[in-house]
Amino acid sequence: MATGRDWLLDDSPSSRLQARLGRSYRLSRALARNPLAMVGAVIVLTLILVALFAPWIATHSPVGQDLAMRLKPPSWDNWMGTDELGRDIWSRVVYGARITLMIVALVAVLAAPVGLIIGAVAGYFGGWVDRILMGITDIFLSMPKLILALAFVAALGPGIQNAIIAIAIATWPGYARIARAETLTIRNSEFVAAVELQGASSFRVIVNHILPLCTSSMIIRVTLDMAGIILTAAGLGFIGLGAQPPLPEWGAMISRGRSFILDQWWVATMPGFAIVIVSLGFCFLGDGLRDVLDPKHGDRQ
Amino acid sequence: MKGLLGVIVAVAFTFLGLLAITFFIGRVVPIDPVLAVVGDRAPRAVYEAVRIEMGLDKPLIVQFFHYVGNVLTGDLGMSVSTGRPVAEDLARVFPATLEMATIGIIIGVLMGVPMGVYAASRQGSLLDQVIRVVGLLGYSVPAFWLGLVGLALFYAKLQWVGGPGRIDIFYDGLVEPVTGLLLIDSLIAGDTEIFVNALTHIALPAAVLGFFSLAYIARMTRSFMLDQLAQEYVTTARVKGVSERLVLWRHAFRPILVPLITVIGLSYAGLLEGSVMIETVFSWPGIGNYLTTALLNADMNAVLGATLVIGAVFIGINKISDVLYRVLDPRAR
Repeated sequence: MATGRDWLLDDSPSSRLQARLGRSYRLSRALARNPLAMVGAVIVLTLILVALFAPWIATHSPVGQDLAMRLKPPSWDNWMGTDELGRDIWSRVVYGARITLMIVALVAVLAAPVGLIIGAVAGYFGGWVDRILMGITDIFLSMPKLILALAFVAALGPGIQNAIIAIAIATWPGYARIARAETLTIRNSEFVAAVELQGASSFRVIVNHILPLCTSSMIIRVTLDMAGIILTAAGLGFIGLGAQPPLPEWGAMISRGRSFILDQWWVATMPGFAIVIVSLGFCFLGDGLRDVLDPKHGDRQ
Repeated sequence: MKGLLGVIVAVAFTFLGLLAITFFIGRVVPIDPVLAVVGDRAPRAVYEAVRIEMGLDKPLIVQFFHYVGNVLTGDLGMSVSTGRPVAEDLARVFPATLEMATIGIIIGVLMGVPMGVYAASRQGSLLDQVIRVVGLLGYSVPAFWLGLVGLALFYAKLQWVGGPGRIDIFYDGLVEPVTGLLLIDSLIAGDTEIFVNALTHIALPAAVLGFFSLAYIARMTRSFMLDQLAQEYVTTARVKGVSERLVLWRHAFRPILVPLITVIGLSYAGLLEGSVMIETVFSWPGIGNYLTTALLNADMNAVLGATLVIGAVFIGINKISDVLYRVLDPRAR
């Protein structure tokens, strides 16, 4: 194995593949030295595995009602107790992992590219393009995210798709700001000038040369934002504007358990723990990634 | 003077942008704004009348200026669910939120700043790690859930605090509203019994909000302090033999006061957002509760009015802390 490691850590890689693999190897080693980041990585990985294998991990059906078993406290059969319709809360939390994962993935897929492109275009062209695009971005940024998402869901109508769209609308401006800042530092560098002199179009410069360099700060920011996205989605579900029953969305489950909080505390409490653990996992991972990928923050830990 | 003018113009543009967003949400996003008002079983004649009354037959830009004019004269439309002007409703509910958020930020500053300074002075210690995790918990605990758990524990189980609402039902309406802030109004009336009762009711929701602001403030204070403690003048002070306490609070802490003001301002504004989630849980009759009730009743005028007010206060606080920063920090002038 020693030779494989030497090949990865070679200071003068002979191919692009070797350079890339070497870089990811170094990063993963640096990440592994950060205990909180590892905890975060394990939590996020667990979330993905639970979502993939939900039918095997759940002990009951997430929607199967059994009124004889309603509001039972946690026990050997029902690890997290049962809710007001006799559904097993553990199984619902497990299936809820799928919904949470789908929401964060879709918001990231919708918001990150939009923010990235708007920011890069604004930063690259500058002038009035920059002023207009950043003006719009700043207006969105000046609003509290949750309120913005709430107002958009109110106009679009309740439901999980609309909630995802609304959260994406509230999330993209942050990415546009970062992409613009990164682009401003890259656009005056010599290699961009060299490509431009070779006659590359603006489109080509942005897509092939600027966007790839923005990705690492983007990954950090998206990971750090995941917790906020999860909380906003849960909040929308809690108010009744996000995922609709009988979907086992964690926020909506807490909302159902609200009426029983004083006597049957587990109905509302258990899904909350899932939210806290998963959000914390993304925070740990994001913090760790920032320490590794962004040397400016390295000493702040 | 030129700087002041610049700030005013910037604020005006931001507010115009905010109005553009609420206008967009109210008039453009819904497929048919008229249906949102009259419902889908209204006769044709009513539909047309409302359409013209709302000015929807005019071009969008004219509608927008009409809307801006209305808002500037304090007309936010009528609320469908309360049957009163939205502006009047908002003025009535806002003090409750202000009271809760203010106590929340006081808790956050009083606990968060010392925690951050302490964590930075013992970087890497167990306590530093704990404070770091608390800081991250502020980003990962749903506010409404923490409120529910708090109610189950401190109200139902331990009975340390009062239940939902601003005050016990038999005290309700006894105090003449002067400021709308119940704690201050009861003091003005000289009624300590009501003051204490109101205090037990506000303690839990304000503490929950306080947790989120202390998490953020502690995190930022720690990071600012670490920057300062790495500076050479701190080493100089230590070499001179200045005591560690003085190094921390006099030498390192003073320069971070100015950026801290911005952080506290941001956190205060953020509590407005947090209160939207908390108020439903605590049946707190503030702007958050008003907004969520309006959302569930699809009462668009009320939703947009509340969004506008929260957005405006949010922008206002941010701009004020911005200006304070520039006034207080000679380098930023």
